[in-house]
Amino acid sequence: MSKYVISSSPHLRDHVTTRSIMQDVCIALLPACVAGVLFFGYRSAVIIALAVAAAVLSEWFYCKAAHQKSTIGDFSAVVTGMLLAMNLPSTVPYWMPVIGSIIAILLCKMIFGGIGQNFINPALAARAILALSWASLMNTFAAPAFGNLAGVDAIASATPVSGAAAGNFTLTQLMLGNIPGTIGETCKLALLIGAAYLFVRRVISWHIPAAFIGSFAVCYLLATGFDVSATLYQVLSGGLILGAFFMATDYSSSPATAKGKIIFGLGCGLLLFIFRYCKKTPAEWCSFAILLMNVVSPLIERVTGTKSFGEVKKNG
Amino acid sequence: MAITQTFGGGVHPREIGNGKKATQSAQIITAAAPARVTIAMVQHGGAPAACCVKVGQTVNMGQVIGEAQGFVSAPVHASVSGKVVAVTTCTVASGKTVPAVVIENDFEDRWDESVRPCENVDALTDADIVGIAARCGIVGLGGAAFPTAVKLNTSKAEKKPDTVIVNGSECEPYLTSDHRLMVENAAKIVDGIRFAMKGCGAKRAIVGIEDNKPDAVEAMKAAAGDGVEVVALPAKYPQGFEKMLIYALTGRRVPNGALPLAVQCVVLNVATCAALSDAVREGRPIIDRIVTFAGRVANPCNLRVRIGAPLMDLIDEVGGLTDGVRKLIVGGPMMGNTVPTLNLPITKNFGGFLALGEKAISAEETACIRCGRCLRACPMGLMPAKIDALVRKGNYDGAIAAGAMNCMECGSCTYACPAKRELTQSCRVAKAIARSKKTK
Repeated sequence: MSKYVISSSPHLRDHVTTRSIMQDVCIALLPACVAGVLFFGYRSAVIIALAVAAAVLSEWFYCKAAHQKSTIGDFSAVVTGMLLAMNLPSTVPYWMPVIGSIIAILLCKMIFGGIGQNFINPALAARAILALSWASLMNTFAAPAFGNLAGVDAIASATPVSGAAAGNFTLTQLMLGNIPGTIGETCKLALLIGAAYLFVRRVISWHIPAAFIGSFAVCYLLATGFDVSATLYQVLSGGLILGAFFMATDYSSSPATAKGKIIFGLGCGLLLFIFRYCKKTPAEWCSFAILLMNVVSPLIERVTGTKSFGEVKKNG
Repeated sequence: MAITQTFGGGVHPREIGNGKKATQSAQIITAAAPARVTIAMVQHGGAPAACCVKVGQTVNMGQVIGEAQGFVSAPVHASVSGKVVAVTTCTVASGKTVPAVVIENDFEDRWDESVRPCENVDALTDADIVGIAARCGIVGLGGAAFPTAVKLNTSKAEKKPDTVIVNGSECEPYLTSDHRLMVENAAKIVDGIRFAMKGCGAKRAIVGIEDNKPDAVEAMKAAAGDGVEVVALPAKYPQGFEKMLIYALTGRRVPNGALPLAVQCVVLNVATCAALSDAVREGRPIIDRIVTFAGRVANPCNLRVRIGAPLMDLIDEVGGLTDGVRKLIVGGPMMGNTVPTLNLPITKNFGGFLALGEKAISAEETACIRCGRCLRACPMGLMPAKIDALVRKGNYDGAIAAGAMNCMECGSCTYACPAKRELTQSCRVAKAIARSKKTK
């Protein structure tokens, strides 16, 4: 036996690993986490911590029970936990993030084969299940109080996108996040900083967010007779920014081809427009728009296969 | 069609630059003549050469010791003068054991009488040049070692080539032999390019050089004249692949399964052009080549080495291996193959030697996360992860349908994969199985 390793080429590998990608997503979510705590108090921090811990433990437990090598080192469970927490109001009881993370990891990810195999975004699926099971708890939002870490009273307050409060906030408020809403989706500025980081690190590409937000905005402009401020209001409210940059871009549940990503994004934008514009119910439909597109993602990928380099007409 | 100067996909290995720095600015050194050479009869694409010398026979430098067999083949010449001490077999870098001739060097460097300068170069016809390339055993020195005469012989081609594409891109990290040759011997390369143009009947030639070698671009531009254009290309792997290079320089796409001739191009490496110049002007066959020794060797450098020289002696000449070597690689780090031993002879297609440490050992494979990086990296527009998944399920027909046969095995997908999956290897498996089915 030779003391030298024999292997097939290539012998160089990029420094990017699954773990580094997932850690980048965690870093990108940090500004939104901090904003959530600043606006909604210490409860937000506890909810984020519980969601992450429950997600990681669920995955570890599943691997143990299934006699598989533990995969928690890849940080994907941490991402799922953080994303789920971003989607919860700060007022939910502490068992909610725990149940949510267990649903996300066990029911939506691990039983389908773990990372890369889940056909829907686990955090969004868990949010949908929680929202349908405990509708009132999931729709009770605290009024924001910047810097009041002790937390604010759980008052039923309508979000900008829904109910009576729709239209009651300024665009600056929407941007900064001092509006009622879930922990992670109110401060658009923090989300955009995180999204910029993901672009710079090449974790996500422009295709899905641009197609998603773009198609939604265009539809809204057309429907409102080019009311720019109303459109901006819609773009910056609810879960659209969080959804477009952090949820719809989930690798497993979106197409891998560039063309497929654009179709996927267009579908998300169109569905969200239909839900928000035509069904004026006090609920946030962004997760459902993405979840629906998740389900057709394999189909989109199938019909948008790549074109090989040499696929040209002879004499062409 | 416009010159795009680049291509879709590909990767920028971080080592580009770093790996090359150790050897790119030092002059090529001629290695000490070996005491004994082991010359393989298979150093080219196509049929093996047939040994035509006997044990005990005295041979001259440049004398034919293996005759070409058939159309796609190349003769093999003695790289030293001396006595044949064995007609045997040897293991070459690819791992194959092939017939070989062992010659003991008498250190006289006595040229064979067949090696004669051409008296009137201008009077040569295209057929003469093709004949010289065939007789002198000129093969592609970039790595594939396809016989050059076969490429240049376009007398029976339906569409005549109009362009000679000259590959000076040297896109593999670490390797700098072509770079140094261009800097030190640009005039000879351009001379060879002109013979290649004449040989295949093309009216123009384009030399593509990656822009991380500005001194080579400058030297080649200074040497180039009428009909020979030098283009600096953005450094990106695999720029030096035939199809990518043709596309970058002419905008033409070689159809799947076709040769460059289909788009009226003939592609030659710069070192091959220099060898062609020597063959035409001096009658000199290929008896040596330039090899980059890099990575964990004491004195990384470019050596001009005789064909058949023992790799072991050359490693001693560059100061031996340093500590922590885990992989020995013949060729570049992206395409080269690992070898278990230094007990190998130099062949015409010996592209480089690398001794790499721990970082050349890949981490364990993990699950595909469907990130699409392989898809973006693939210069051939394939979906490597999809092919990989099909191959692992044993669905080889599915993998072929997904385009596995078009894979050039450049390794970009595997390089880019964050889950460290052996995607290129899956394509190789699919191709090998498809080929074995065809021959059954």
